[in-house]
Amino acid sequence: MNHSLPNATGVIPNDRIRVDLQLIADMVEPGTRVLDIGCGDGELLGYLTRSKDVDGRGLELSNEGVRNCVAQGLPVMQGDADRDLGDYPDGAFDYAILSQTLQATNRPKQVLTELLRIGQKAIVSFPNFGHWRARFDLMFRGRMPQNPNLPIMWYETPNIHFCTVRDFVALCDECGFKIERSMVLNESGSKVSLDSHSRLANFFGNQALFMLSK
Amino acid sequence: MSTAARTDQRSKLPGHHMVLGETEKLRLDSGIEFGPFTIAYQTYGELNADKTNAILVCHALTGDQYVADEVHPITGKEGWWREIVGSGKIIDTNKYFVICSNVIGGCLGSTGPKEINPATGKPWGLDFPVITIADMVRAQTMLIDALGIDTLFAVIGGSMGGMQVLEWCKSYSHRVFAAAPIATSFRHSAQNIAFHEVGRQAVMADPDWCGGNYLLEGKKPSRGLAVARMTAHITYLSQPALHRKFGRKLQNRGAITYSFDHDFQIESYLRHQGKSFVDRFDANSYLYITRAMDYFDLSADAEGRLGEAFVGCKTRFCVISFSSDWCFTTAESRQLAHALNASSCNVSCVEIESDKGHDAFLLDEPDFHMVLSGFIEGAAEIRGLK
Repeated sequence: MNHSLPNATGVIPNDRIRVDLQLIADMVEPGTRVLDIGCGDGELLGYLTRSKDVDGRGLELSNEGVRNCVAQGLPVMQGDADRDLGDYPDGAFDYAILSQTLQATNRPKQVLTELLRIGQKAIVSFPNFGHWRARFDLMFRGRMPQNPNLPIMWYETPNIHFCTVRDFVALCDECGFKIERSMVLNESGSKVSLDSHSRLANFFGNQALFMLSK
Repeated sequence: MSTAARTDQRSKLPGHHMVLGETEKLRLDSGIEFGPFTIAYQTYGELNADKTNAILVCHALTGDQYVADEVHPITGKEGWWREIVGSGKIIDTNKYFVICSNVIGGCLGSTGPKEINPATGKPWGLDFPVITIADMVRAQTMLIDALGIDTLFAVIGGSMGGMQVLEWCKSYSHRVFAAAPIATSFRHSAQNIAFHEVGRQAVMADPDWCGGNYLLEGKKPSRGLAVARMTAHITYLSQPALHRKFGRKLQNRGAITYSFDHDFQIESYLRHQGKSFVDRFDANSYLYITRAMDYFDLSADAEGRLGEAFVGCKTRFCVISFSSDWCFTTAESRQLAHALNASSCNVSCVEIESDKGHDAFLLDEPDFHMVLSGFIEGAAEIRGLK
């Protein structure tokens, strides 16, 4: 049986990850401590560990995801962003990352607060419900949006707390979170060169990516 | 029985024996200074020059040191974890130096109640001091010291073996690089204590137990110990696994016999399990080791705050549970993992889906093997082991 894996410390040449994850990875300073919440199969966590010499940990809801991560030598535990973040000590990480998971949490505001308790900085990405396609579906079809970015029907989606970029900015203002960096991404996950606070970004951005601090 | 007889009795069992606690005795949790005592152990593979590749495998209640032997000296079967330990296996004996020792209180060569009490020249019986998981681990540290090993690359074990793993990490974490507590808990639950008590009462109710002096009386409480094993064995399996394997199938007969004979296959199977167990296990050892498990509670010292048992622990953990294990549930493993997390420990926590119950850790479970292998290889890479 050979489950040997990419080197845990060395850089792998041509180590490619999903474009939006790469944008997150680019925000992380090398050699830092990172908690990846909703780490899935460990694509980002593995990349950060290998290529940025990060001391990374993961929290993942699905058993399958956890198994796949641990089988790669990544320290991941099964858990739920809503329920299990309370166990982590204050300031235990330099970054707490929540990628494409905020909209599936029961209490997004509480989760964000927890991220900034555990991490010096929080990196959060989410699908933008203010994107023109979503607006189009609601406005002209009178139906909940369904598109490649939001492929699941309303009655089956795990996404229960959608927001727009402007909603998110308003929440950060309300909670007193400082927006360190922000950007919107297009459908392929690449950065769109628009001011992320602008109404245009809220109209054309498919996903949003924020780095927050307290 | 003379000293010569004792030596003879032990030398029947193959493998290493180390006499420890001659100058500095083993201080037991009960306050007794114990020693000298013997630890019987097996090793597999070679210790590297830096002495960094040692893995201690801790055995469960009825396990022993013959973890990866081709032929067990008593049962004639394979070692109990040949699925995992061996050449080219997950715990690869070409790469790691694997140590497995019979726990103190055991009955396969380490000092336990069936060995001779030097003070009386008779078997210890119930004069043997009550031992704890921490005592077992303390004895193991003395063995590891004697082998000249400072830091173990990993300590790995299931069930009671997992309790020992956790005790190592609580008390000697600076000597443990990576730890895999499997199908275990930080404390023995009331239900587990209850089942153990049933087992012990079965042993003690057997007239041949003779108040623990059966060796002197030339008897053996086989029936009591067999019943204890039968009960325990049920707890190691799951309802679906039992039903799948046996259902209501009858044993070598076309119809029920309207008697108390073993009509059902499951009855016959359990009787066989009980019977074969008494051939390899000492009844008093069973009492002592089950007691050690019952007393285990890592959170007790920290006034119920489990996390505090692990503050400052640098060990990498992989906590593994099995979905159908009702002795040591995933909920308890998660509680442990959360406490480790709260102490900023490096912890993975995985539940393996299996319907094979507690014993799944001993069986061919591909997902379990994949996870354990990934954990060990990842840790080895960080440890710089090639």
